[in-house]
Amino acid sequence: MAAIRVAGLRKRYGDLEAVAGVSFEVAAGECFALLGPNGAGKTTTVEILEGYRERSGGEVEVLGFDPQHGERDFRERIGIVLQSAGVDRELTVEEIVALFGGYYPHPRDAGEVIDLVGLGEKRAARIKTLSGGQLRRLDLALGIVGDPDLLFLDEPTTGFDPSARRHAWELVDSLRDLGKTILLTTHYMDEAQSLADRVAIIAAGRIVAQGSPESLGGRDVAEAVISFRLPDGATLADLPGDLPAGIQRDEDRVLLRTSAPTSAVHTLTGWALARGEELEALAVTRPSLEDVYLQLTGSAERPAEVVHD
Amino acid sequence: MTERLHAGGHPATGPLLLRQFRHQNKLFLRNPFSAFFSLAFPLMFLLLFGSLNGSQRIPELGGIRYAQFLVPGLLAFAVISTCYTGLATSVPMNRDLGVLKRIRGTPLPAWIYVAARILSSVWFSLVSAVIMIGAGVLLFHVRIIWRMLPAAALTLLLGAACFCALGLAVAALIPNGEAAPVVANFTFLPIAFVSSLFYPMVGAPAWLNTVADVFPVKHFALALEDTFNPLVVGSGFRWGHLGMLVLWGAIGAVVAVRRFQWEPRTDRPGGQRPRVSRAWKASA
Repeated sequence: MAAIRVAGLRKRYGDLEAVAGVSFEVAAGECFALLGPNGAGKTTTVEILEGYRERSGGEVEVLGFDPQHGERDFRERIGIVLQSAGVDRELTVEEIVALFGGYYPHPRDAGEVIDLVGLGEKRAARIKTLSGGQLRRLDLALGIVGDPDLLFLDEPTTGFDPSARRHAWELVDSLRDLGKTILLTTHYMDEAQSLADRVAIIAAGRIVAQGSPESLGGRDVAEAVISFRLPDGATLADLPGDLPAGIQRDEDRVLLRTSAPTSAVHTLTGWALARGEELEALAVTRPSLEDVYLQLTGSAERPAEVVHD
Repeated sequence: MTERLHAGGHPATGPLLLRQFRHQNKLFLRNPFSAFFSLAFPLMFLLLFGSLNGSQRIPELGGIRYAQFLVPGLLAFAVISTCYTGLATSVPMNRDLGVLKRIRGTPLPAWIYVAARILSSVWFSLVSAVIMIGAGVLLFHVRIIWRMLPAAALTLLLGAACFCALGLAVAALIPNGEAAPVVANFTFLPIAFVSSLFYPMVGAPAWLNTVADVFPVKHFALALEDTFNPLVVGSGFRWGHLGMLVLWGAIGAVVAVRRFQWEPRTDRPGGQRPRVSRAWKASA
């Protein structure tokens, strides 16, 4: 069953088409990431799904509801972690989490939620004394205190130090283990790679690629690149003849593209061993998610269409 | 936990409203500015003006003591500071910070949020009334005229409601939080000085009184001051003044309901006013 169904979604602001026909589905229990540069339309898309915006066109269904009707039943089943949303700074952490829990029919225990996000020591502290990273964790606490079926996370770890990020990731993983559906937007490739079952890359209001982090943009079947430094005194002509074609030189390194890296590495290392030499800086790489992302978002141009009302 | 639920599975309305009301009260008391301007500032005025002139007589008002005039006048000032200035300042600031946007993303019904803020302002108006009248009685021998107390209470509540509505209306029209204190004070203070809050406007130029008559401040002040004037006969209901409060309150309420914003104005591409979902309005 799909928790989120989006088909041909459009959103216009005057002459600007911020979302220009986006379609995707998120299965119940799945963690889905929307990845894209600023202004690509990911926050607009998410805010339509959260019920903050009316769409200009297309179909949207979230947990069986049309979010723009904004029913209370709908909002009781979602949790929202906005990119930037204030809280009353004069309250303590515990007061605000307990207050928000009271808005929902079956809230989680406030103290437990505070511990979960790692704010246990700050329980009685006024919110105005929290650091940026701690505020973000409070955002997360307020998003999950209602025990939602579906959690929206808009750039949840921006401003976190590395250990706080790891902690947040573990928390998101544990939410998914509980069967929660998660829709995540992020700038961080490693975050999408670590958390998401599936990723959609959005650029200029359109989805330009969609799939598992491993297969996105065909990078699982893309050619691997073997690189190494030539041993002293050796030239390209000394390399074994049965290596794949397409050998390039990049300064003192040799680059070799192949769809069969296993046998190429075998041939290469056999050759080096026979000569009794070490292949320095030997590496086999595939295009990273970041390579795919940069390639896809860099080439996608914003459509210059003007909409006349 | 189950006692908070009713048939529909939503948390019950009464306890939800009460919790939200107490939450707003807590915020009010913890914010040094709101507590100061609503409670301490008018009290300071009372101590100052009362000590200087409290026992002087006002010939234009039949020779009643100044303190007898000053307490209800400053009480009106306190109510307007709490309800009008308080809401017109804090709501746009909360909106700018995204506090309102976050609330909108929860199942808390919008009307409960707004009602709790109004009730909290009205509550502190009453607290202010107790403090001001108490200080007036203890320090400046102000007489409570019991036969007019019901009129005083009604006037106070109507005034508080009227200025809450106007505060929310102005909050809805103010573009951002930075402009809020300026707009709130600039729309109130000049009118305050010609509206018989601190001294009677008897003998002021006619045009000034005509201008002041248009706005609700003077009507609120006069209606409240009469309920403390020992020379006034009867129960003290000033229906003409109260009618003006109802009229201004209704205008404020209409503007507030139609134009209330939950999100920062500058938050979206093109700088447009966001279109709030119709159903959200309906649920509000």
